[in-house]
Amino acid sequence: MSRSRTDVPLLWTLRAVAALAGAITLLIVAFLILEAWPALQSPGIAHFLTDSSWFPASTAPQFNLLPMVVGTLVATLGAMLLATPLGVAAALFSRFYAPPVVATWFRRLLELLAGIPSVVYGFWGLVVLTPLIRQWAPPGQSLLAAILILSLMILPTIALLSETALRSIPRAYLQGAASLGLSRWATVIGVALPAARTGIASSILLAAGRAIGETMAVLMVAGNIVQVPDSLFAPVRTLTANIALELGYALEGHRAALFVSGLILLVLILLLVSLSRWIMREELNVTAGIEPYNEEARAPHG
Amino acid sequence: MNHTLIKYLAISCLLLLLTACSNDSQESVDPRAITGQLTLTGSSTIAPLIGEMAKRFEQTHPDTRVDVQTGGSSRGVADARRGTADIGMVSRALNEEEGDLTAYPIALDGVAMILHRDNPLTVLSAEQIIAIYTGKVTHWNEIGGADAPITVVNKAEGRSTLELFLSYFQLRNEDIKPSIIIGDNQQGIRTVAADPNAIGYVSIGTAAYEASRGTAIKALPMEGVEATLENVRNGAFPLSRPLHLVTLGTAEQIPALARTFIEYAASAEVSDLTEAQYFVPLTH
Repeated sequence: MSRSRTDVPLLWTLRAVAALAGAITLLIVAFLILEAWPALQSPGIAHFLTDSSWFPASTAPQFNLLPMVVGTLVATLGAMLLATPLGVAAALFSRFYAPPVVATWFRRLLELLAGIPSVVYGFWGLVVLTPLIRQWAPPGQSLLAAILILSLMILPTIALLSETALRSIPRAYLQGAASLGLSRWATVIGVALPAARTGIASSILLAAGRAIGETMAVLMVAGNIVQVPDSLFAPVRTLTANIALELGYALEGHRAALFVSGLILLVLILLLVSLSRWIMREELNVTAGIEPYNEEARAPHG
Repeated sequence: MNHTLIKYLAISCLLLLLTACSNDSQESVDPRAITGQLTLTGSSTIAPLIGEMAKRFEQTHPDTRVDVQTGGSSRGVADARRGTADIGMVSRALNEEEGDLTAYPIALDGVAMILHRDNPLTVLSAEQIIAIYTGKVTHWNEIGGADAPITVVNKAEGRSTLELFLSYFQLRNEDIKPSIIIGDNQQGIRTVAADPNAIGYVSIGTAAYEASRGTAIKALPMEGVEATLENVRNGAFPLSRPLHLVTLGTAEQIPALARTFIEYAASAEVSDLTEAQYFVPLTH
């Protein structure tokens, strides 16, 4: 393969930038492991799963992280269960049912929703949502509040990315459906959704990643009690909230234990990424050669 | 031969001049005359505050470096004794065995118990507060309040307010049965202000400020003493503690840099930093 002369500096610049990005990621992982190491040595991994509770700073410290892993997973799963149907429905509405003007404004609203900082969601949840829940079942700051706030935050992610996926279906598919005389509903169910499956699935997984990593909003509405929730109205603490609540004031063993929660979070995200890759591969094999690669389907979020 | 002698003389003269400078500079310190490195270790309550003060100190005294590390009040005492640190940070009064150290108060830390403004109760005894926080009393009507469950708001592990609260009521964090755990003082205020059945505690500075702005909270008196900044400052308020810097030996025996920094930390020049961290400055 012959390259033009001008390509060479560009190639090396890109290589350097890519190497830098990779190195930073590896450095962060290495740093996490390094900081967590003292806690993995003593008290040891078993304590993070079998201790009776989480009192990392007391004289007889206890380090059970399991309730917070459960809290993170349950809150994320609940938010996905709620936001996925709503998000996909919003995307279908915007793509197939809304008049163009309405669709444009609807999308703008969703973009606005996606752009609101999480601390604003959290504050709104704290002063409006949790008092409402409290009238129903005190104390109000609860798993339910966390799920509702998280749903609201990931809804635009799912809706916007699913909409983009629906928009990038080859025109021929829809024209074929029309020529077969399919109703709009049959086109949506039979053609559009199956064809956009990959994009929709990746939007859901991306949203799940956002939900797992969300910190401030959850911290403000979830109540932060370290326990495996026994109902929707019970307060929970997530791994991210745990780090944010305690890291600024943690010393030595306590600090290292918080980095272990960071490591667990990293493992959860890794699992999620692997899952999404696995789903994509399966889907890409099915539709290989037909599905156009879609640049826009990338996340607008950091 | 002559050359070396002159050099020696010149250097000794210079040294003499320098020492003279630092000796004379107790009253009006020329910032540029103070040089060197200073290490402070100790209480994690005081460390963030001293860290902020150190930043400003380094700006006004350009040839100095102030290093702040945490590790708890006991480390502050131990390091000051061993000489590992120039100054220790101790968030309590020194006890009898620590007579070899000199303590310099720089600020006060006070905690106020807060209720929602609409809560009919205006006084709670220490026993009642302990019963509420340990889950022995779970409804307000058990102690003469409304027929409603109590929302017990506790602080996250490691906070100085939690530490002071626990030590004053002689509780262990394990014994507390909280309904909600919060992080900073603001979150505590918002949580209690949004819940008529909540009880919580926050730094007294925050409580006083928010109550004066009309936020729906009220601070409870402790042992009959109103929860005000004034009462913390004059030592009357029981749920409070002094924040100290400690050194081995008296103020005259320590280097000029350490002495200057200690004076600086207690001065009105940095009281805005003290207030920003919800502590009570010694002076206005």
